[in-house]
Formats: sequence, C-alpha cells, structure tokens
Amino acid sequence: MTNIQSMTGQTQASPTEELANISRGRGQRPKPAWRLMLPTPTPWLITGLILIGSIIIFGAVGPLLVGDPAAISNTGLSGPSADHWLGTTQTGQDVLAQLAHATRGSLQIGFLVGVLATLLSAFFGIYGAYIGGFADEAFSLLSNVFLVIPGLPLVIVISGFVPRESRGLWTIAVVLALTSWAASARVLRAQTLSVRNRDYVAASRVSGERAWRVIAVEILPNLLPVLASQFVFAVIAAILGEAGLSFLGLGASSSSTLGTMLFYAQNGFALPLGAWWWFLPPGLMIALFGMGLSLINFSIDEIINPKLKNARLVRKRARQAARIQKKAVTS
Amino acid sequence: MSADLSLEHAPVVTSRGPVLTVRNLSVVYETEHPVPAVRNANFQLGRGEILGLAGESGCGKTTLAYAINRLHQPPARISAGQVTFHDRDGQDIDLLALEDEALRRFRWSKLSMVFQGAMNALNPVRTIGDQLDDTLRAHHQSLRKAARQDRCAEVLTLVGVDPKRVRSYPHELSGGMRQRVMIAMAMLLEPQVMIMDEPTTALDVVVQRDILREIVRLKEELNFAVIFITHDLPLLLEISDRIAVMLRGEIVELDTAEALYRSAAHPYTRKLLASFPSLSGGRGAFIRSGEDSDFDRDNNFEEQP
Amino acid sequence: MTSVSVTNLTKDYALREGIRRRNLRAVDRVSFDLLPGKTVALVGESGSGKSTIAKLLTKMEKPSSGTVSVKLDDKTPVLGSVYRRHVQMVFQDPFASLNPFHSIEHHIARPLKIHGRPRTASETHQRVLEMLERVNLTPAQVIAAKRPHELSGGQRQRVAIARALAPGAQVLIADEPVSMLDVSIRLGVLNLLGRLQREDNLAVLYITHDLATARHFSDEILVLYRGRVVERGPSDDVILNPQHPYTQLLAQAAPDPERLGKVAASELPPDRDAIDNTVCFNHFSKRWVHMDEISADLSTLEHR
Repeated sequence: MTNIQSMTGQTQASPTEELANISRGRGQRPKPAWRLMLPTPTPWLITGLILIGSIIIFGAVGPLLVGDPAAISNTGLSGPSADHWLGTTQTGQDVLAQLAHATRGSLQIGFLVGVLATLLSAFFGIYGAYIGGFADEAFSLLSNVFLVIPGLPLVIVISGFVPRESRGLWTIAVVLALTSWAASARVLRAQTLSVRNRDYVAASRVSGERAWRVIAVEILPNLLPVLASQFVFAVIAAILGEAGLSFLGLGASSSSTLGTMLFYAQNGFALPLGAWWWFLPPGLMIALFGMGLSLINFSIDEIINPKLKNARLVRKRARQAARIQKKAVTS
Repeated sequence: MSADLSLEHAPVVTSRGPVLTVRNLSVVYETEHPVPAVRNANFQLGRGEILGLAGESGCGKTTLAYAINRLHQPPARISAGQVTFHDRDGQDIDLLALEDEALRRFRWSKLSMVFQGAMNALNPVRTIGDQLDDTLRAHHQSLRKAARQDRCAEVLTLVGVDPKRVRSYPHELSGGMRQRVMIAMAMLLEPQVMIMDEPTTALDVVVQRDILREIVRLKEELNFAVIFITHDLPLLLEISDRIAVMLRGEIVELDTAEALYRSAAHPYTRKLLASFPSLSGGRGAFIRSGEDSDFDRDNNFEEQP
Repeated sequence: MTSVSVTNLTKDYALREGIRRRNLRAVDRVSFDLLPGKTVALVGESGSGKSTIAKLLTKMEKPSSGTVSVKLDDKTPVLGSVYRRHVQMVFQDPFASLNPFHSIEHHIARPLKIHGRPRTASETHQRVLEMLERVNLTPAQVIAAKRPHELSGGQRQRVAIARALAPGAQVLIADEPVSMLDVSIRLGVLNLLGRLQREDNLAVLYITHDLATARHFSDEILVLYRGRVVERGPSDDVILNPQHPYTQLLAQAAPDPERLGKVAASELPPDRDAIDNTVCFNHFSKRWVHMDEISADLSTLEHR
C-alpha cells in the first residue's frame, strides 16, 4: 500500500529491481545483480544449510570412517552401546555403518533424480513456452498428462514391472524422474511465458539475437531462482519417493538407501520389538534432510518474491521498535 | 515561505472556510537509514475547493495522501504534525488522534479516496453492485436492502454509468467506466473531502476529459472538496482552484492556478511548466533546433536513480 | 541513407471466443513513408493499432497483407538479417526494456557484435563508451559497468536509445519513448532524439498518444483510429486545423495550459459512436478520401 517509489504506470518490477529499491531506500549503494540473487542469511537459511551440509558430509565421508555395514556378528538385536553407537540389527550389523552408507545411497539417487527431472522439466517447460505455437501446445499437453497420472502408483507399477535383477540405480532414477518432472514443467512454462513477454526479450530479438541465445542469455538468468527452487523440490520428492519404493521392496536392488534400511527394519519386526535405534535414525535422517531443503527453499522463495522479504523485514523492525520503546520506558 | 502562502494568500479558503487543515505534517520511512518522505507539509483545503497536488515520482504526494487518510503502513510513520478536519456541523476532528471505531466511522463518510489504478482497487471476482453495497453496509447498518440498492443506482447514475451495469464484473467494464465506478464508490456516503490519486493517468486522453468533466460537475452539484494528485500540471491548471507543487517531500509552491501559470515563483515549478509543450500556442519551451542546454545539463532536479 | 515505404499494411488477429472465431483487424490499409532526416508521428489512443504497426515494422509480427519495403539510397532493398541492422526500436517502458541481470555494457555490446565486423574486445568496449557519450551518459566508464536498476528512468531510456543506434540503425521506431518517464526529463530525452536524428540523418517514426509532443517533434502526423488513418498531413496543419471529428476530439481533450480556466461543466460530451473512420482527410491533397479508395491514394507519397 505504501509507495516507496510511486512510479505511475510502472509495470511489475522484477525481483532484482525490487530488492534494489529496498536497499536504495536504505540509502545504500545498490548491490550488483548477482549478489541480489543470493538469499540473505537468515536463521532459517543458516539452519537449513547446516542441516544439509552435515548430512552431505556424513553421506560423503561417513562410509569411509565407519565399519562394514554388511558384517554380521553374534550380537543380535542390541541397543546403542560403546561398540555400536546406534546399536545393531537383528543380524548384528552395525546400524551406524548402515546409516552412513544408506545416506550416501539416498543422496546419490536424490541428486541424480533431481538433475534428471529438472532437465526434463526445463526442456519441456522453457523451450516449449519460448517457441510457442504447436510445440508449446504439445509439450503442455504432455505435461498435463503426466501430471494427472498418479505418481506413486505409477512408480510402483513400473518398478514392479521391471524384473528385480535389472532394477538398478539408474532404472529407479529414470522412473522417478519420469514421474516427477511434470509439475515443475508447468511452473517453468508459466515463468517463461511471463518473461518472454517482457520488453527486454523483445528488444533482444529486435537486435537480431538468435533464438537459442535469447533463451540462454536473456530468459534463463531470470529463471534461475525458480529453477533452483524446483530442483530442491525434485530432490526432496526423489528421496521420499525412493524411500517409499524401497520400503515397499520395489527399490533399486543393488544399492542400500535409507528406504531399504526401513524395509529391513520393518521385515525384522523392529517396531514390535521396540528396536527404535534401527528405524528411528533413517526416518529422522529423511525428515531432517527434507526439512533442511525446505528451509533453503523458503529463502529462495524470498528471492523469487521479494514481497515476502519485505514482510519479514517489517516484522523484524516492528520487534526492534518495540524493544527500543520498552527500553525507553524502563530507563 | 510555503507556510505563509498556504494559510494567508488563499482567497478560496477564506471565502468558504477550511474543511481540512494540515500543519507541519512529516512522514518518515523507518528503514535502516530513515528516509523523510514528507517534510513539513502545510496547507488548508477550502470547502468545495479543488486543490491540485503536483509532483513527479518519489516526491511524496501519494505518501502525503495516505498519511492524511491514516492508510500508511509500516515502515511509514507520521513523525510530526497535525491534521484537523473541520466538520460541516462545526466540530473539529483531530485525524491523527482517531482510533479504531471512530476512525472507521470517520473514513469514507467524511473523507474518501479514489485510488490510483481502478483495475487494482476493484475486486475482480465480485460484481460492482456487491462492492458498492458492501461499502454502504459497512457504514449504514440500518439501511434496508431496497434503500441500499436505490442509493447504488443513484450514485451510478450520478457518475454517468448505466445503473443496469450494477451486476457487471469489473473486467466487463472499460477503463473509463471502472474509474467512474471508483468515483461513485467514493461518493456513496456524501463525503466532504475526496482525495483522488492519479485517477485518470492510465486512461486515454478523451476518456480522461470525460472523467474530469464529471468530477467538476459533481463537485459543483454536491459541493465536496477535492485534493487532486497528479503529475500532469496542465490538467491541474485547467481544473484546480489552487495548486501545490511537491519536490522531494516538500511543498515548494502553493498558489492559485492562474498565479502559478503566469508567474511561478519556484524554479522547479517553472521547469515543470516548461516541460509541457503547448498544443495550440507557439512552440513554447520546446526548441527543435537544438538540445536545450538547461534540460540536459541541469543537475539540480536530476532524478535520483 | 535508408528509407521505408509502408504500403497498405494490414494486420488481422484471429480471436477465439468459445467455438466461434472472430477476426480483429488491428491495422487496416495504412500507408506512409519514412524518409531520412524526417519524423513521422503516429498518434492514437490505446487500441488504435499504433503499437501493432511498430511490431510489424520491426518484424516481430508478420503483416496479413500489404508491404513494408526498406530501401537504401540507390534503391537496393534491405532484406534478411541486414534488415535488423537498419531498423531498430526504442521501447516504451524503460524499466522493462533492459534485462536486470546484465550490465549496460552487455546491452550495448551485443548489438555491436551481432551486426558489426568481428571486433576485438577492446574495440567493442571503446565503441560502447562512444555510444554512451553520444547519449550524454557520462562518465561512460562508470555507467557501462552498472546494472539497469542502478540507473534512473531517464538514464535507462538513453541506454535504450544507444542500444538501438549501436548497430548503425538508420530507421528508428520510437514507441512512446517518453510516456513512462518523469515529466521534467521528457523534453531532454526528446531533444536527444532530435539531435541524434540530425547528426545521423535518421528516419524516425514517433508513436505517441500525446498530440503536443507529436506536433513539436515531427514533420508529418498520421492520426489513427481503430486501425485506420483518419487524418494525415504536416504537423501544424493537422493540429491547428483538424478536419476529422476524431482529431478535433483529441485536440480538444488534451489539457492545454493556454486554455486556462475551469473545465466547463456544462460542455456536452461528444458522441464517440458517431466517429466515422471510413473517411480520411489528407492535408497534402486537401481531399477527403474514402477507405475503399485508400489503397490508391498514395498522393502524399509522391517521391515513389
């Protein structure tokens, strides 16, 4: 409602401009565009980054430090102890070692599917929207068809169809990617359509730029925040989807992931037996990873929609003002 | 200097008495480095007068309008000043002291506002009849439905919109008609002051002329005062009694339209006047033979990035 | 020197309303010439088709019928990719026509690279600085490194003009170049366009809804109403002696400081529906021309 700059007839400014306006209002020199594209370090973002960072480090380095996850021992089902920090499974396998390897497996699949899904949605969404005409209609129809098909049942069906031997990491990754690209494609298409109609894209075409350069140089940079956000979503969905598949016994045969851990825990009657150290760590790991990624996504959302950032800053200043007021009253 | 002009050299105000007095009003944007959006605004609005508020983007005219209406939101804050409303029945109301229920009752019934961009101010999923009705219901709970519908039809006819359009949605109306509906909505409760923020900027020139005509006619029929905010100075010269020119939060000049046009005192006013090439007169300030050195190298009023 | 001949330009849009299809004729048999050193103004309100004409001239859309032919002095036609070197556009919105992601240098260097001889990086940089200085954006070095959001509206529009002229354009389509700028800087930008036109002998098409600036800035005015030209002629003639009711309406509607005094509340609003756009008054030939004959009436275009 308030106008820091009441520019009549101003079209909707892009996120970079809005943020620049904000910092201009502060009397500072506006930051360069790429810096404005980065999220501000809020407690959310820091928490999210710490969570993701530690899990990635755990998944990358952990397997090198822990013992062999497949080593059977006589201990049987036992709780956390000095030897086994997270206890053992029914067959005496070290849960911590399993957790480390499973995390790595999940991360691998998560990022793989994330990349594949993002590539697919970028192609069908961005390219289709830019070209327009029949291609756009066709790609849009394809996205809608894939969207309507229920994801998890489809994944289960495809997965069940493929014989267990050939159900490798890549197969599962492809299956998951194929069922999760559609929603992202719609979002990217909508964004591209809005960017495509901006004057600077038209100016670039009038200057004589070729189509691929217009997409790469003019449109894509403005889509980066949305792309990043969709990538993060895809990773979360992939990890959850894969966990679901593995839990049902339809996951990748060779690899060990957080989902397979849960599968074995289920088969080993961990819950009725009260062996919380078996199913709680993998479940918690999935939850924490999802939470971390979501927190990062909140910060990316602020870049896409600077009004969210404004709202947060307003609340922050209101709190500061209240604090100053209280101090003035008590002193 | 501006304080003197506003309160004393105002024949229009003294003849009919003031309806609104703004004294030393200042509004600050409490960002990390506080930005003064309005500095010491001082003026009186006479009953039935049209006061034009001219200025370019960022000069604070909209902030001033919102502040008078108490519509400003954080980080904007009124840091000083007084706004007094002189009611028809003789009572003086301190606008800045009004709270909650009193403020709600005051708003729209004594002072209303036509916002910039009717397209954004009208709810796209409700008919205009519903929206007009809403306004009436909020202020006159005692009115029965039939009476409300009559009033809506009456007010639409006043602004030149066919009352049958009461069941139309905003997107079914043209830009000009939407703006008329906004004006009708502002007139529903017969306010004594109407603040109009760039009501015709987004409209074609011919439609603009129609709307202006309506506003002047309505003002003469119903005798409300208007604060007309725009950057279009020639428009103000045609319809206003007095004009206030704002630059970077300050009112740098306030005088009758005639005096402003013939002999503007402040250099910024002169620059604004010179920016509008004359349609019918001589070539005026616009020199085709060469770039006017004043405009190109004048850094005094250079817009801030 | 390049000139443009527009003959009977027509553009239809197919509108789909449910199952039915309707034809919207946005531009109807418009003809005019753009000559080096001369400015033609297209005046009209929104929906008159003036922006569509801009798109047609810059090849952002294809005409449904009629021709746009661009020729050099020696009558050789300008076709293909060279077209874009000769015909360029300045857009209306200074905030939207520059990509917020890229520096000013990028905006001006790209057209240079697309249309120029292959240059070394330092040559291109030099040319960018020269262009910035031509449009009075100094210090050029500092401005070139900035991003669009760090500049004001007027400065951005100057960058847009520099970008349009960078490829060596000879024909400039200016689509409402100053309507979104602050009032006090409009004349500065228009004066700049005037100077550049004189220096480079540009042919300029000035599209606007503002009669006053159209009069002062252009040599010839075409008044558009719903896709058709309803009046054409030398600027002063059209403005000071309008013949078509629509032009008279526009002239009367524009706020004019010379007409000081209150808006007469009792003035009867003119009847918009009575405006007849099947006839056009041509000030050059001093005749009324009916739309059916308009294709044949190329009397103003005597140099053809």
